[in-house]
Amino acid sequence: MSHALSQSTASQSIIGKPVVSVRGLVRNFGAGNVLDGLSLDLQPGSFTALLGRSGCGKSTLLRTLARLDPAPEGTVHLPDERAVVFQEPRLVPWMRVLRNVTLGLRHSDAEARGLAALEEVGLSHRACAWPLTLSGGEAQRAALARALVREPRLLLLDEPFAALDALTRMRMQGLVETLWRSHAPAVLLVTHDVDEALLLADRAMVMANGRIAADIPIPLARPRRHGDPGFIALRSRLLAELGVDEEHLATREPQRTEGRASAAKPGGYGLPAGAAAAPSL
Amino acid sequence: MTAATATQRTGRRTRPWRLPAGLRRCAVPLALLVLWQASVGLGWISTRSIPSPSQILTAFWDLTVSGELAVHLLVSLGRVSAGLAIGISAGTVCALIAGLSRRGEDALDALLQMLRTLPHLALVPLFILWFGIGETPKIALVALGTAFPIYLNLFAGIRTVDAKVVEAVSTLGLTRGEMIAQVILPGALPAFLTGLRYALGVAWLSLVVGEQINASSGIGYLAMTAREFLRTDVIVVALIVYAILGLLADLIVRFIERSALVWRPAFIKE
Repeated sequence: MSHALSQSTASQSIIGKPVVSVRGLVRNFGAGNVLDGLSLDLQPGSFTALLGRSGCGKSTLLRTLARLDPAPEGTVHLPDERAVVFQEPRLVPWMRVLRNVTLGLRHSDAEARGLAALEEVGLSHRACAWPLTLSGGEAQRAALARALVREPRLLLLDEPFAALDALTRMRMQGLVETLWRSHAPAVLLVTHDVDEALLLADRAMVMANGRIAADIPIPLARPRRHGDPGFIALRSRLLAELGVDEEHLATREPQRTEGRASAAKPGGYGLPAGAAAAPSL
Repeated sequence: MTAATATQRTGRRTRPWRLPAGLRRCAVPLALLVLWQASVGLGWISTRSIPSPSQILTAFWDLTVSGELAVHLLVSLGRVSAGLAIGISAGTVCALIAGLSRRGEDALDALLQMLRTLPHLALVPLFILWFGIGETPKIALVALGTAFPIYLNLFAGIRTVDAKVVEAVSTLGLTRGEMIAQVILPGALPAFLTGLRYALGVAWLSLVVGEQINASSGIGYLAMTAREFLRTDVIVVALIVYAILGLLADLIVRFIERSALVWRPAFIKE
């Protein structure tokens, strides 16, 4: 079933060998299967958002693609050039920002590359700072530079904006889009936020019962705006896939499909129609 | 004229005359010192119980001038240094073995956790039987006492390095050796320094006990011989020397912390 689904995806129409290819992935914790015969392909340079309710296995899938979790059953083909950005910046506190970025690089010009990456995320002035002195947004930008400097063919983003305030989150979303355009890695973004998925991704996958339950192309022109008719229609569709009935929501906050950490995620929802979706930096 | 006195009065009311903060904090100890000197001088307290501050100072001066204090101090410092070097090395090696591998933990941790419940000072009789009454039992006592705080803290430090950071770094392609050297050990350093500070305290304690048994030199020996001649002033000098050494050791660890943990927000000046 999942195989049939992946053949119907929009990105399949793009010619080329997928950069990520997963077939029949099974992973179980205790009683139930968290991943239950999951299959998916990611095309080079594609931007995919992965949505789903809590515990649907989307984080497990991302961790498997990061090779942080084992893949006991099924086949997983991945590029060697991978990078992960987590919800927390996860910088090494006793290394200065630049050292964090260049950590593990084998190039002789690692430092120059690190500085260039910091420049790209607008953090070159903090290259010599200690990570614990950075603001949340700065630290997450450093984490982004650390991922970017590895020139990944696959960039895994595990709710990277969830802990940021609304304005910082909007800036970060814009930054990620810019970086994706200039470096063209395949991006897999795990998020709870339907609007975020619609702003950034070309394709939204909804996970349920350990599989890709829905695979929806997002053929919207960029830059995208919250109020566009296409945006609103796709949002309704995605919410329906997530099992959220828009009619019964008093406020326009359907992104909180999980009810968790809602206080920590105030970002970007109630924007007036026509507000710039991805402000330039 | 009347206006001037008025302002003077209000000035007095808002800012009454006060001692500087430093002097205020010293006032009570200084008063006690004066009271102590007076009590001994007036014969209220016998010098057999406690000498007066001036007598202690005199004894301190005499011991310094004769070079006796320096000799004993060097001997004691030598013992503490040797014991600490052995204890810190042993504790560190054990913590690395147990902390960095499951097999190492299985082999060492249970044993060391059992041994650490033993009050190491109670081993003095056994150490005398094993090592005689020379330098060895004293150094061994210091080494044994200091190895445990180093082991316990460093082991816990290694195991409590932020797992999320380690996980993130593990995606960056570091070798295991690089991971240990650049992430695990620096991450365990604060815990190690806590252990070091504790170990220094234990080292002096062990030395005090070790030097009061069958010693022929050292600060503890100085105090024990002084007891035989009822020289309470010399005993107090020995106590003060111990206190100063302990304070210095603490200052050294604080200095190391300041320079090694510059990345901590508490130490960052920006």
